[in-house]
Amino acid sequence: MQPGEMIPTRHAYGEELVALGGDLPNLVVLEADISKSTQTYRFARAFPERFFQMGVAEANMMLVAAGLATTGKIPFVSTYAVFGTMRACEQVRTFIAHTHLNVKIACSHGGVTPGNDGVTHQATEDLGIMRTIPGMTVIMPADYHATRRLVRAAAYYSGPVYLRFTRDPVPVIYTDADEFVIGKGKVVQAGEDVSLVAIGDFVAVALEARTLLAQRGLSAEVLDIHTLKPLDRDLIVASARKTRRVVTLEDHQIQGGLGSAVAEVLGEECPTPMRRIGLRDTFAESGEYRLLLRKYGMDAEATVAAVMELMK
Amino acid sequence: MAVSEATLRQLERQARVIRRHIIHMIYAAQSGHPGGSLSATDIVTALYFHFMRVDPGNPSWPARDRFILSKGHACPVWYAALAERGFFPTEELLTLRQINGRLQGHPDMEKTPGVDISTGSLGQGLSAGVGMALGLKLDRSDARVYVMLGDGELNEGQVWEAALAAAKYRLDNLLAIVDYNNLQLDGRCSDVMPIEPLADKWRAFNWAVFEMDGHSMRQIVETIEATHAVAGQPSVIIAHTVKGKGVSFMEDQCDWHGRAPDDAEYARAMAELAAPD
Repeated sequence: MQPGEMIPTRHAYGEELVALGGDLPNLVVLEADISKSTQTYRFARAFPERFFQMGVAEANMMLVAAGLATTGKIPFVSTYAVFGTMRACEQVRTFIAHTHLNVKIACSHGGVTPGNDGVTHQATEDLGIMRTIPGMTVIMPADYHATRRLVRAAAYYSGPVYLRFTRDPVPVIYTDADEFVIGKGKVVQAGEDVSLVAIGDFVAVALEARTLLAQRGLSAEVLDIHTLKPLDRDLIVASARKTRRVVTLEDHQIQGGLGSAVAEVLGEECPTPMRRIGLRDTFAESGEYRLLLRKYGMDAEATVAAVMELMK
Repeated sequence: MAVSEATLRQLERQARVIRRHIIHMIYAAQSGHPGGSLSATDIVTALYFHFMRVDPGNPSWPARDRFILSKGHACPVWYAALAERGFFPTEELLTLRQINGRLQGHPDMEKTPGVDISTGSLGQGLSAGVGMALGLKLDRSDARVYVMLGDGELNEGQVWEAALAAAKYRLDNLLAIVDYNNLQLDGRCSDVMPIEPLADKWRAFNWAVFEMDGHSMRQIVETIEATHAVAGQPSVIIAHTVKGKGVSFMEDQCDWHGRAPDDAEYARAMAELAAPD
């Protein structure tokens, strides 16, 4: 996968699971009847005895995963983000997080990337919900390579992890030489005038905005906060101290997720003028992904407008 | 293998000791759920003192049998059985529900030795049991998983999701026991949310179904033994029980689902549970 190519991060998840299946004999995968979508069908083909098709019953699936974890297995549980974090929210909270069980909730269809499916399938509150749960690690990789690395890191990390992937293709921005550490953000591009702090598919949006800002003579720093929790406070504060302006970007409601997390840190450690890009307390609708980003003020142009407000 | 009268009498004596612990600890805490603890006592006693392969000195021994109290509010019976079995001192039972204690209001696997999975939010235990049974089968272990369900929690749809999954994977290392005392918090099960015909429901989900008097030690031992002969499908025992069993004024009374006895009630209950021999 070369920079610029388009591929959904769920595909990278499916590929990495197969690689991990060979390395970790205790890794098992649970699925809720959407294995073609979540890409776990690849693991099912390679390791049928360690793949459990649980049907359309997400709540049960979470507790089955918890039970498997008590026997020393490393369960990856896959469904759509909206079901994994909301249909089965209490199951995750009480029986996976409170118990610190080694379960990975790896969900496709994060944000508005399942564009045409509409609101039922767009998870736009999940990051906030998972971030509020004590002990939960929350990750959304930006591209194919980041996904391969972070899925592997999650498998070797002991404890509950929520991973969120895209349905739609997103551009490759890293190479397979890039390394990722849970809890450590990355400076994708350095800059001086404003910090664009992004997660997941919106790292690409931030990079697009950076190009547009450069045409206006502005230099934007782009941070990839692939781990929403634990948050890389030091990286965010250092960038804010340097640029003195912060715009957060996330495929999520602007409350509860990355925008809130960054505002909390900066409010405590380095009060900085901010704008937040994301859904503004509204649900989206059916429509092509890129068109949704434009309509709901979540694209590169909206980001540039937010930066220009901060420059006044 | 026929069970001896002496074994049955010993188990009955042990159950009476556990009932006394239940009343004592709930009285001391002035909080807890006596009704459902007492209805489950004879079955839990038979499991921990006759059937289950556990090592109190090594609670996480991989080859151990697992017990899941899906009706987690009845944990006083579990804590009492674990203490009597040697997982922790019986004196610790008086720390039930107290701050800094290991005996939480509902079972907590990270705090209490011998608790394999946290429970207390209803409708969850059978799903966890399916996961454990699958994991044990992957490991080619001959350990068994016992899940005790309340009748009220059968209202939860997730129980039936788990029932489908257990049958799909032919989990003959999984036994569910329904503590069918026919009372839930707001009244009779038949009024709150009718669950009959219950045996037919489990049969329709492809489970091997057994019924027993959940207070007859002979029936308990013989029925559980019979389930072990089932191959290729999970088993369920519908145990007909009486809420508050063993304390006359608590028996079949909804009011005793979740309240603690006062001084006079405590004295009366303990007198009724005094050892006859």
